[in-house]
Amino acid sequence: MCAKPVKKEPRQVETTGHVWDGIEELNNPMPRWWVWTFYATIVWGIGYSVAYPAWPLITGATPGLLGASTRADVAVEIARVDAGNAEIKAKLVAADLNGIGADPDLAAYAERAGAAVFRTNCTTCHGSGAAGFEGKGYPNLLDDDWLWGGKMEDIHLTITHGIRNTTDADARYSEMPKFGVDELLDPAQIGQVTEYVLAMSGQDHDAAMSTGGAVVFAENCVGCHMEDGSGDPTQGAPALNDAIWLYGGSREAVTESIYYARYGVMPNWNVRLSEDEIRAVAFYVHGRGGGE
Amino acid sequence: MSQEDATPPSLFVAREPIFPRRVKGSFRTMKWWLLALMLGIYYVTPWLRWDRGPNLPDQAVLIDLPGRRFFFFMIEIWPHEFYFIAGLLIMAGLGLFLFTSAAGRVWCGYACPQTVWTDLFILVERWIEGDRNARIRLHRQPWNWEKLIKNGVKWWVWLLIGLATGGAWVFYFTDAPTLLRDLVTFQAHPAAYITMLILTFTTFFFGGFAREQICIYACPWPRIQAAMVDEDTLTIGYRDWRGEPRGKQTVAGNGDCIDCMACVNVCPMGIDIRDGQQMACITCGLCIDACNDVMDRIGKPRDLIGYLALTDETRERAGQPPKSVWAHVFRVRTMLYTVLWAGVGIGLVVALFLRSPIDVSVTPVRNPTYVTLSDGSIRNAYDLRLRNMQGADAQFTLAVTSDVLVGMSLEGAEELTVTVPANETMQQRVYLTAAPNSEAATKDRSEVRIWVEELGTSNRIHQDTVFNGKEN
Repeated sequence: MCAKPVKKEPRQVETTGHVWDGIEELNNPMPRWWVWTFYATIVWGIGYSVAYPAWPLITGATPGLLGASTRADVAVEIARVDAGNAEIKAKLVAADLNGIGADPDLAAYAERAGAAVFRTNCTTCHGSGAAGFEGKGYPNLLDDDWLWGGKMEDIHLTITHGIRNTTDADARYSEMPKFGVDELLDPAQIGQVTEYVLAMSGQDHDAAMSTGGAVVFAENCVGCHMEDGSGDPTQGAPALNDAIWLYGGSREAVTESIYYARYGVMPNWNVRLSEDEIRAVAFYVHGRGGGE
Repeated sequence: MSQEDATPPSLFVAREPIFPRRVKGSFRTMKWWLLALMLGIYYVTPWLRWDRGPNLPDQAVLIDLPGRRFFFFMIEIWPHEFYFIAGLLIMAGLGLFLFTSAAGRVWCGYACPQTVWTDLFILVERWIEGDRNARIRLHRQPWNWEKLIKNGVKWWVWLLIGLATGGAWVFYFTDAPTLLRDLVTFQAHPAAYITMLILTFTTFFFGGFAREQICIYACPWPRIQAAMVDEDTLTIGYRDWRGEPRGKQTVAGNGDCIDCMACVNVCPMGIDIRDGQQMACITCGLCIDACNDVMDRIGKPRDLIGYLALTDETRERAGQPPKSVWAHVFRVRTMLYTVLWAGVGIGLVVALFLRSPIDVSVTPVRNPTYVTLSDGSIRNAYDLRLRNMQGADAQFTLAVTSDVLVGMSLEGAEELTVTVPANETMQQRVYLTAAPNSEAATKDRSEVRIWVEELGTSNRIHQDTVFNGKEN
């Protein structure tokens, strides 16, 4: 410390015998337990490497006598969580679809479990934020427009059986005619009805062609898209009189849709998800801001 | 001498046992009082009660780890207010700087738990085995029934003290009366037992066996302290200009030191203060008491060993009176530390009184930045976290203000009112919607301010965020 040493008879301190320019190296030995502790850590280290996975081999490491495995720990942990959730899962399966939100515990579980299911299974097409891909035919799940209905029952049905797939007989199915490819309409008629569709959604259009398009629309399209263009969720026919376009709302995109027709496919999730997972993700999707 | 001739020096030696003798005096008395006070605070604090209303624990000092809350009498600290803890730690650090620069290793000598518990353990040792000479005799004699029984009793008492130490520690983390009941009925959480077990044995080992070796070999604080002392810092020193040459008083020319070894025998660190300041000295003051006692008996003035600073030495050697203790304590350096310390403290107190009982954070949902609705209006979503730090449920009404026109709605609620349970944080998705082709709907960014007002009170807070329109 700071004060000046006041040694009159300095206690004899052992030296190492090393002297440089008259400066001696003193030897203040460490306490003996220090070296014992050091040896103890070596013994511990050897014991540890025998008891636990330690020494690297070609395809892995020595397993260790205690059989410790973090991978096995994870499996146990997942099983434990699953067991802990069994009760609320059963409750979710038994619950009325529209009654999930009324039970705070159930709603909190469904929201979180649904988010996890969504992230794992749905984001490939619908995006991690559930916003779909505008103009590419992957519907946005956040808005208030639903192709096949936005009530809990509708969403649940859609997820369970999918849409227009060939793997589930209960999948809802509809097919738009290929008006151009199959020559159901001539190019002039397609041009007219395109203008009519643009007019219906309040976009810039050619008024004269649109008037002709109204006739074409009434003869060919109202069966599914309805007279006012509001669509029909029972057949998956999109509304044409709103601002939301699955494949784009420009003149070119609408023309292409009429010429080649559109029908998106969604797989049936009843083969990959359990009923509680389907219900959870249905609740999650319903709660993204667009649920009816 | 040549190196070849030298026998290899030993790098390790056994610890030399230390048997501090009992001592009486003002420092010893002060240390007993401090020991009682500090141990009293440590053991009693978890049992103090403080009424906080129906939904909160009534323990005055509680670190609620599962609830992520720290209670200290009327103060309640939430995790997001951790800066209070950081501030207290800074104050503790500055306080140590202050005390060290003014009075040296006072922390080590009087307040450090290692010192306090070692003192208590030595006291127990003395009660059971007797004073220094009896203990040395017992240590040297071969193992027999007497030695076995005395050591056994001593160790059991030490273990009991250790158990009480560990036991008191866990009471700070959960309701003490409940935990005590659970502990004795073996229903407490294993974490409580494991913590107690570890603390029992570390206390037993540190206080009973490691003792001064913790200070010399394990503790970083004495090394750091060396950077904080200066020539005006009070330390304990031996006035060798008065004491030397040491020896019999009957021999003419000898100093005041009669070489009675009282100062060495009472030292819990086993050092000789007459060798000068040294690393192991924790400035506990016991050698002062011992020496003063001897000086009184041989009729010499006191303070042959005493608190003095390096600057005193030159003055005293020149025959001048030493500077007063206060002159050493009140210096620019210590004043600066005091000002800093008080500044942080005042800042914390001000922050404590200014904090709002509610807290809001608004995170815009960026994936996607906006959603087009079927009528062409543009909607933005925000995750609003509303924290109610009060002991009762509270209702809040939400509002938005902006230069542009946007409407507000809540997910899963018809109205703009939410209820947040007492002491909870709730998350609510909030939507702002701009009419089709309105300014907000077509502008890339619009500034908006979201307001939260607690119904029936004047608590109102806001947070600014942005509304993203459709880029055309």
